[in-house]
Amino acid sequence: MQFNELIHGFPVLTVTGLTQGAIYALIALGYTLVYGVLRLINFAHSDVFMIGTFGAIWTWSAFGFDASSGRPSLGEAAGLIILAIVVAALLCGFFAMLVEVTAYRPLRARNAPPLAFLITAIGASFVLSEGMGAFTNRRQFGVPAMLPTDPIAKIGSWSITPLQLTTLAVAIIAMLGLDWFVQRTRFGRGIRAVAQDANTSALMGVNKNRVILLVFLIGGLMAGVAAVLSDMKAASTRFNVGFLIGLKAFAAAVLGGIGNLRGAALGGILLGLVENYGSALFGTNFRDFIGFLVLILLLMFRPTGLLGESLGRARA
Amino acid sequence: MTDLRTRWRDFRHGMSQRWDRQPKATKIGLILVFVVFLYALPEKGFYEYLGLPLGEYIPLYTTRNDMATVLFQCGYYILLALGLNIVVGYAGLLDLGFFGFFAVGAYTVATLTSPTSKIFTEYNWLDSPWPWLVALPLAIALSLLAGVILGWPVLRLRGDYLAIVTLGFAEMIRIVAQQNDWIFNGDRGISQIAHPPGSSGGKPIFAFDAKPYYWLVLTVIIAMVFLIRNLVRSRVGRAWVAIREDEDAAELMGVPTYKFKLWAFAMGAGIGGFSGALWAGQANFVNSSTFRLEQSILVLAAVLLGGAGNIFGAILGGFLVIYVPEWLRSVGDVFGLPEQVRIAGEPYDVSATNLRYLFFGIILIVIMIFRPQGLWPNRRRAAELKDREKEAMVGV
Repeated sequence: MQFNELIHGFPVLTVTGLTQGAIYALIALGYTLVYGVLRLINFAHSDVFMIGTFGAIWTWSAFGFDASSGRPSLGEAAGLIILAIVVAALLCGFFAMLVEVTAYRPLRARNAPPLAFLITAIGASFVLSEGMGAFTNRRQFGVPAMLPTDPIAKIGSWSITPLQLTTLAVAIIAMLGLDWFVQRTRFGRGIRAVAQDANTSALMGVNKNRVILLVFLIGGLMAGVAAVLSDMKAASTRFNVGFLIGLKAFAAAVLGGIGNLRGAALGGILLGLVENYGSALFGTNFRDFIGFLVLILLLMFRPTGLLGESLGRARA
Repeated sequence: MTDLRTRWRDFRHGMSQRWDRQPKATKIGLILVFVVFLYALPEKGFYEYLGLPLGEYIPLYTTRNDMATVLFQCGYYILLALGLNIVVGYAGLLDLGFFGFFAVGAYTVATLTSPTSKIFTEYNWLDSPWPWLVALPLAIALSLLAGVILGWPVLRLRGDYLAIVTLGFAEMIRIVAQQNDWIFNGDRGISQIAHPPGSSGGKPIFAFDAKPYYWLVLTVIIAMVFLIRNLVRSRVGRAWVAIREDEDAAELMGVPTYKFKLWAFAMGAGIGGFSGALWAGQANFVNSSTFRLEQSILVLAAVLLGGAGNIFGAILGGFLVIYVPEWLRSVGDVFGLPEQVRIAGEPYDVSATNLRYLFFGIILIVIMIFRPQGLWPNRRRAAELKDREKEAMVGV
């Protein structure tokens, strides 16, 4: 127990925890959306995210930036990041929909038992990650530096780097956009209706399959945004990068109450913070340990997560 | 396509009826022949006896890896699948961290029987290493205990929450094992783990050849099949099925659901630990990177692929998830497929070894689409699912 480290590092730990948490939250949204509508743990989501991390790297290398090249100017960097986000989001959205159409829809058509979905999810996850592994020769790829990582805006011992600021800003914009989409638009109403009662909403004229496809698309888009942010933070990627981060994101979704969008956002950020504080307190070896410990303890006292499950009910 | 499927169904139905009509003696005889066949599988002489050409391609035989090693791997996966089948198949509890119990069993044997473990070199808790056979019951007991300790708080959770908590548990065990300065020695691991006892002609039976281990694990599996079969036909088994079908109804009918769920969890964990202890006895070395989370998922895939709720389904599944990827390795040799292709100057590894899990993933999806109940489901469960397929569906 190193309380000293925790107290001295508190500002830094908080800021890095928030940025890491924002990335978890974005991925967690994908899990929670699919769970809310289909009651299904979409195991392949972590690998959809992984494809996004490569999408960003390919975009940047198309413009001549690789791990060894220098940092672009701030204006250039902004353009490159936005472009990478668009490419990665579309790529992830496409693959998420592909997974739904090939692995889940045929099972739904046969009214298969829930556990069968779990197996096709595992299969899809294998196909995506191993396919990418073969395609990239299982090599590790470096990410070109985009934003400066020296602290700006110092207030006392609190400071933030441009990279962290961008991460937080992008994540918040994406989450607000999603919230608006689900709460205020016609499509969003469709999603909430199907989440509440799929069969009744189908009887009321909602195209169920289209809504489900839309849910996978949105989840994929969010994963794409997260992929770019995570690329810039981690500075490298590999074909199996999705597994651990996907696991954490899923834990975050459960922490906040799976099926609940705001819960996923809250859970992600909390998990990022707790992990960082915990690793200062008990050593970085125990980073992953603490996240799961907190999750288990919380579930014992609040068995449906912090905010409870409710994509369909009242507020999302 | 549909014609083919109905014909296949008729054929299967006919076969199973024919099987049921056989006198008991014939049934037992056929089963015995099959068991002998299983024991003979890793022997090269057996294939010679059948008149198969050795050296080149032998159907069933894995040419890239020693057949006995592959079969032993299948064996301990089958044991794991049998354990998880109790939890998932009978009691209907989704456990994603089953490999954690395997780790508990393996590490118990490793720390107690290896002279290099820190118990003897640093802490001096014990004077001399235990023999494998003495450590085995303790390994099973400790994994059973781990099952109870984990199950006691988390079995109040339902469905998917249970899944994530068990997943977290396996990850936590792995992290504890990873600590280099703790008892499990992290990545450096524990070597010189004791082998099972026994010698013939002055030489120990259990050394580095995998064959005797395969025969041992096969024997254990056969014993376990009898044990589990009797268990699921008892009051306990009926309680599990009742919980799986409808937990609330079971509780109302007077089944103490929590108690029986805990039972299932602990039983499964004990079998998982047994498998780990067997594996440690063969491997001679464990370290933290042996226990990856993917393996828990592979065991679950084995159970569901084979058909949850059926002992023989679990065995089939456990066999397939190990055997098919290994067998795919040798398929490339048979067809003379290239190992590498060059695209734009960059060499890509396209050997079956590299792509085996890719194919395996595709196979999983295809099987589940055509047989969502698994390859060899329990009859009663298959009927339930058939009923489900007939239910009215809206908007699909």
